[in-house]
Amino acid sequence: MTQYQNIFTTIQVRGHPEIGVPLPPEDEARLGKPIFEYWIGKFGYAQIGPIYLGTLGLASIVFGAMSIFIIGINMWASVGWDPIQFVRQLPWLALEPPPAKYGLQVLPPLNEGGWWLVAGFFLTTSMLLWWTRVYRRARQLEMGTHVAWAFASAIFLFLSLGFIRPILMGSWSEAVPFGIFPHLDWTTAFSIRYGNLYYNPFHALSIAFMYGSALLFAMHAGTVLSVARYGGERELEQITDRGTASERGALFWRWTMGWNATMESIHRWAWWFAVLTPLTGGIGILLTGTVVDNWYLWGIEAGIVAPYPDLYPDVVNPAISGAAQ
Amino acid sequence: MRLWIPLSIAAAGSLVLAMLVMPDWDMPPKQTEQLGYRGTGMNIIRDMEDEAALKAANVVPEPPYEADPSGPPIAIIYENIQVLGHLSEDEHNRLMTAFTEWVAPEEEGCNFCHNPDNMASDEKYQKVVARRMIQMTQAINANWQSHVLETGVTCYTCHRGETVPPNTWSRDTGPQPTGGYIGYRAGQNVVAKYAGTTALPQNHLEAFLLGDEPIAVHSQTAFPTGANTTDLTNAENSFALMIHMSEALGVGCVTCHNTRALDDWDQSPPQRVTAWHGIRMAREINKTYIEPLTSVVPKDRLGPEGDILKVSCATCHNSVQKPLYGVAMLKDYLKSFGAVTSAPITGAPTIVDTPPIDRPPAGETAITPPAEEAAITPPAAVGDDAAGAVPPASITDAPTVVDTPPIDGPPQPAAAPAAADGGDAAGAVPPAPITGAPTVVDTPPIDGPPQPVQ
Repeated sequence: MTQYQNIFTTIQVRGHPEIGVPLPPEDEARLGKPIFEYWIGKFGYAQIGPIYLGTLGLASIVFGAMSIFIIGINMWASVGWDPIQFVRQLPWLALEPPPAKYGLQVLPPLNEGGWWLVAGFFLTTSMLLWWTRVYRRARQLEMGTHVAWAFASAIFLFLSLGFIRPILMGSWSEAVPFGIFPHLDWTTAFSIRYGNLYYNPFHALSIAFMYGSALLFAMHAGTVLSVARYGGERELEQITDRGTASERGALFWRWTMGWNATMESIHRWAWWFAVLTPLTGGIGILLTGTVVDNWYLWGIEAGIVAPYPDLYPDVVNPAISGAAQ
Repeated sequence: MRLWIPLSIAAAGSLVLAMLVMPDWDMPPKQTEQLGYRGTGMNIIRDMEDEAALKAANVVPEPPYEADPSGPPIAIIYENIQVLGHLSEDEHNRLMTAFTEWVAPEEEGCNFCHNPDNMASDEKYQKVVARRMIQMTQAINANWQSHVLETGVTCYTCHRGETVPPNTWSRDTGPQPTGGYIGYRAGQNVVAKYAGTTALPQNHLEAFLLGDEPIAVHSQTAFPTGANTTDLTNAENSFALMIHMSEALGVGCVTCHNTRALDDWDQSPPQRVTAWHGIRMAREINKTYIEPLTSVVPKDRLGPEGDILKVSCATCHNSVQKPLYGVAMLKDYLKSFGAVTSAPITGAPTIVDTPPIDRPPAGETAITPPAEEAAITPPAAVGDDAAGAVPPASITDAPTVVDTPPIDGPPQPAAAPAAADGGDAAGAVPPAPITGAPTVVDTPPIDGPPQPVQ
């Protein structure tokens, strides 16, 4: 009986390094002499390189590095160039967007959010360049462009938060700071100000798609690993020529839940779940403050708020009840 | 040599170790208490070890002894008794003994506030501050029963045996940004020590507990009408205050809110009303009693930005929802702290409090001052300031001692009557409006029996 050997790859197939298909003459050459690394092969493929950077990739990295440099140098300056505080408080530090008084001014004073706009511009440029590169590489390999469009969905959410919604609201101050804890605090403050984002149906959809993505990921990965002993991890072969691995996986789900995906459709499900997570989330963001100002009250109008018994009939707002002080 | 393998393993191992060791884990056992309607997640989870430590750290000290209330009021015995003149000598001495336990450094005792050669003198700033703090304590107990109920407060509620209460706040701007063209962080995005070490605004207490910026940020309509002008900056400030309250009381959001609709009073537990009054009380304390003392206390008692150390929720609460676990320490000191005993003063830049009891005419004063008071110091140069230190001339209607409320009576309703304007208007007992900073003054030498009040 065949031994199950796939928890970590026990056999690493090594030949000459794969250099990849020939590139068109106008493209730059791929960079780096490929190397093999046994321990890397335990996780993924053992070959490292070559990489294709190209003009777009190089430009993207330059812009991205500049934005990270601007963010980092502002964080360091925000604690008075103190290296110890910079390291200790790094998760607390951030580059803050301009205060509300500057509205949508294109370049407010550098030290009052101007750097935030510059960094945001560079970061956006970097991401759009990287998106173009992902798209171009996929076309170059005559693949579909699924990865590029999934990435575009994430970029849409990023731009909704930091660019489109602030423009709709008329102020850069509505945007997210660049920082670890500060962007989380921003998120909570956002939900507080706009009356509880959990009643935002697009936020709800986004959560459903995100949890659904994790569920589908677990179901699919579990199924494929469990039939790997029959070669099930060679998914493309199973798609074109359904073998016993595919049959068993399909049968397993038909027995457990009455229906099953196919080797191809499961990836379509997962792709849509993943793509719809930031897409619906971005729509929810764009509606907040622009169309709806208090999601809880919207929820009451929409009839989605659960009624509770009035446990505190004596509690009245002291500010309007005429209480002393 | 493949150095990266052991290096990666070491790095990953250190990271795992740091994540295990560095956070402030609360090990079981825990106790969960349901606060709201089932299924709303309105529970408070308490770590039993932390709770035991808090219980041990929040014990009310016993009064020094049982005081004898008989005898003439001390206002006719001692000089310059401005707010506690209605106490008997024994009550007064007991209170002074308690002060040394509660507030004064052990090695200094009475002399922390008093000049031992002239106990009546107001020359030490500590005494001027202490008098203002007694007035504050009285005002809290008399006017803020909406927050402190009948439990009340004493010096110990905040001081806990220390000269400066363990939990105070002052303007916090560090670490300072570089300034110039770079490093803007909008007064936030560092470890905020008054906002539960979040990255939220550092100086929200200044906005809410000294200033009176509005706290509510919610719209009262589902759709935008333009009526609500608050933005995310306001929301972050209010959020910071709420985090402060949560940390100061050792509770979660759900003690006062059903978090599905933070602003909805109909769904809020009654604790929110108490807290609402508490915010206004802290604001009043800081504005009326604490901040005017800035010019009185020495520089080294001020915060790093030169503002005085002020009170927040943590000053009394010390991580406990009911300070000192709700034990009514006030009941042993009701006569001292239960009612406002100083009269309104108008227009005077310096504090001169009315002796609460009409002193008998000079001729009737047969009581000789005790030895310590009788030890007359050489006449000090009497400046203009000194004129204000002895009984004031502007009193028209000196109040008598107010009856102290019975401690075992039914609790007062949280919402006191009157004052429909909802502002800072007084409650049932009109407080003594105190204006301006008190000053350290030299008491004029005592030449004889106390002078009668004009």
